[in-house]
Amino acid sequence: MKKYLETYNNTHSVRINDIPVLTYDEFCLLAEELFSEQHKHCLSYHAIDSGKEICFFCIVADDSNGKIYIFSHRSAKPVPELISLSPKIEQLQIFEREITENFGIVFVGHPWNKPVRYSHNRHDTKQVMNNYPFFKIGGHEIHEVGVGPIHAGIIEPGHFRFICNGEKVLHLEIHLGYQHRGIENLFVNENEGLKRCVLSESIAGDTSVGNALAHCQLIESLSEFNAPEDLQIERCIALELERIAVHIGDTSALCADVGYQLGQVVCEALRTTIINTTQFWCGNRFGKGLVRPFGTNYPLKENTIAEIRKILSDSGERYFTVAERIYSLPSVLGRFDGIGAVTTDQAIRIGAVGMAARTCNVKRDIRATHPFQYYRKRRPEIVIQQTGDALARGVLRWFEAKESIKYIFDLLDKWEKIKKSTKPPVYNYKLKPESFAVSAVEGWRGEICHVAFTDANGEIVQYKIKDASMHNWFALALSVRNQEISDFPICNKSFNLSYCGHDL
Amino acid sequence: MIKEMKILKRHGIQFVPDLKEAVLTPLFRGRPVIKEDISKSEAEHIKKICPSDAIVTEGGFGIDLGKCVFCKECQFACPDKIKFTNDYKLSSNKRENLVVRKGYKEIKFDEQSIRPEIRKLFKNSLKLRQISAGGDNSCEFELNAAGNVNFDMGRYGIEFVASPRHADGIVITGPITENMAEALQICYDATPSPKIIVLVGTDAISGGMFKDSPALNRDFFNNHAVDLYIPGNPAHPLTFINAILALIGR
Repeated sequence: MKKYLETYNNTHSVRINDIPVLTYDEFCLLAEELFSEQHKHCLSYHAIDSGKEICFFCIVADDSNGKIYIFSHRSAKPVPELISLSPKIEQLQIFEREITENFGIVFVGHPWNKPVRYSHNRHDTKQVMNNYPFFKIGGHEIHEVGVGPIHAGIIEPGHFRFICNGEKVLHLEIHLGYQHRGIENLFVNENEGLKRCVLSESIAGDTSVGNALAHCQLIESLSEFNAPEDLQIERCIALELERIAVHIGDTSALCADVGYQLGQVVCEALRTTIINTTQFWCGNRFGKGLVRPFGTNYPLKENTIAEIRKILSDSGERYFTVAERIYSLPSVLGRFDGIGAVTTDQAIRIGAVGMAARTCNVKRDIRATHPFQYYRKRRPEIVIQQTGDALARGVLRWFEAKESIKYIFDLLDKWEKIKKSTKPPVYNYKLKPESFAVSAVEGWRGEICHVAFTDANGEIVQYKIKDASMHNWFALALSVRNQEISDFPICNKSFNLSYCGHDL
Repeated sequence: MIKEMKILKRHGIQFVPDLKEAVLTPLFRGRPVIKEDISKSEAEHIKKICPSDAIVTEGGFGIDLGKCVFCKECQFACPDKIKFTNDYKLSSNKRENLVVRKGYKEIKFDEQSIRPEIRKLFKNSLKLRQISAGGDNSCEFELNAAGNVNFDMGRYGIEFVASPRHADGIVITGPITENMAEALQICYDATPSPKIIVLVGTDAISGGMFKDSPALNRDFFNNHAVDLYIPGNPAHPLTFINAILALIGR
């Protein structure tokens, strides 16, 4: 018997009973074997409470062949102490922490088993926001700097605790959870399709399209529905528009952080043109309402296509001109080059995904490795940077925006040639019973993974969401080590991770 | 230098000259209009599909913009009777005024109940401290955009500041999570009086899609009166700016 079940990204659902159940020893051995190869990383590792027992599911993405491996372990309650996998497989640390927080399971040997987000239904309610166990370093010259939860700008809340020696940061600890809205449970309680879809757009409003797409794919997988080609293309265009808009907006913010006002204002205005194009298409600047299960309320029209073409060619060209200027100015380069570097080895060990991985020469992009929607038929070019520093994160955005614009033009040409068969959305769907589906989407930050389990009646009993930030916050913490504390804003902005996507 | 000048020339003039009269794209989902009487069965049907319980049936059919997530599904269900227009002026200082009923042509401000010190002190300069308390980052993006090169609300002396001690009021986004409730209170307390409270986005006004989540703590509103409600999912920068201008009497 195979020790794991093989499947592909959001093509169809699998029966829960077909997922092999291993003893914990076998589970650990298999995990070690799989994660020993660099081209495999953890899509999601979580536990669910099925009443009598706790079931652990580990989902591994294999970048070399596009497969997804799933294996599980079940343990009757109360669950005995388990050996932690984190010392050997560092990328699992955050997932084991989440399992401990939710179910009180003890992972022996976990080096850093701290609360993740102080979820409402956490096991130990004595753990509260105010008594987070911060790491301490002693010594006369050492001081701490606490920032947040409310920050100087208009951004989401999170607490950063720096341990510094003079100006130098020795350690940064990131304490999150302020944004926790209990969203995963709402997906289980809300049995109406429209509610779920609108909720998915609020997981992280800056990635509305990405999350709505991950959700719709999941629902469609659990209903064995294949989106028609024209709908697939429209979804990819929406996702790429979101990517372009955020990348340009981030370029603006990076310029603001180093005091280059021309870059800031020009990119700010260019971002507006892109999100206004999304608004022209669907009535919302963030694409809320655009992605819906089984169909769409806003099929592309001639005038939308003309608008997208016009804005992308004009704004695209203007963006490339200003980006070229930004990344050739010595005064700007001096603030980015070599700042906040994460090494390839670190990125692989912490399981970094998306942009954070690609800037460190790790080719992780779900669009290429586990393609979905129209990316299956036409793969976009994947941009890779080598140096892992703030400059790489800035330049990557520029090159990715370039590729995305090219890609959208290709898709528009293709869309015009094919037969249209998109219908309005369907919300009163019936899902396959006792099934499991996984849906991964490459949002602009990186991979978004939604997982759902259904019961005998086809009702969703468990819904898990994983944003790229879940892996990547740790990359930010590593990037500021031995940097000056004044470089923190640049590092933070260059990663631009999600608080609400993490806190859920 | 020449390159920069070329970039600036292409950049041109970006600011919206008239923030009160600017016209948004026809599809923008703004203030809904109820054109005809909605029958009882239609009302029941719409109430059932509405994802955020924004449909009011007592005292006639209405849409509560304080709860509406602007998904437009009620219009798709009843296209002859309900229409979301591109009017972005959606705000009021009174919660009840956010309910849109048949024939309404605008959302009204209750001039009488605006505290006199607001217009006296803040008319020409209003500094605000933003607090995200479970916001999904789209309202936060739009508030940032309200001060950017396009919308430039700074022209009216309205600005976001880094510290509550420099602020004349707080702007809350998000449904107020349990984990953020204390920080919100501390921030409010740190803002010197007189001060205003502004809620931006449907999540902040009613909890929005999260209203039934046990992970929220909205006790803050038991003790504090709100001066301005700005609906939206998220609220458009023009919605925000016009709301503030209406409040301070500009």
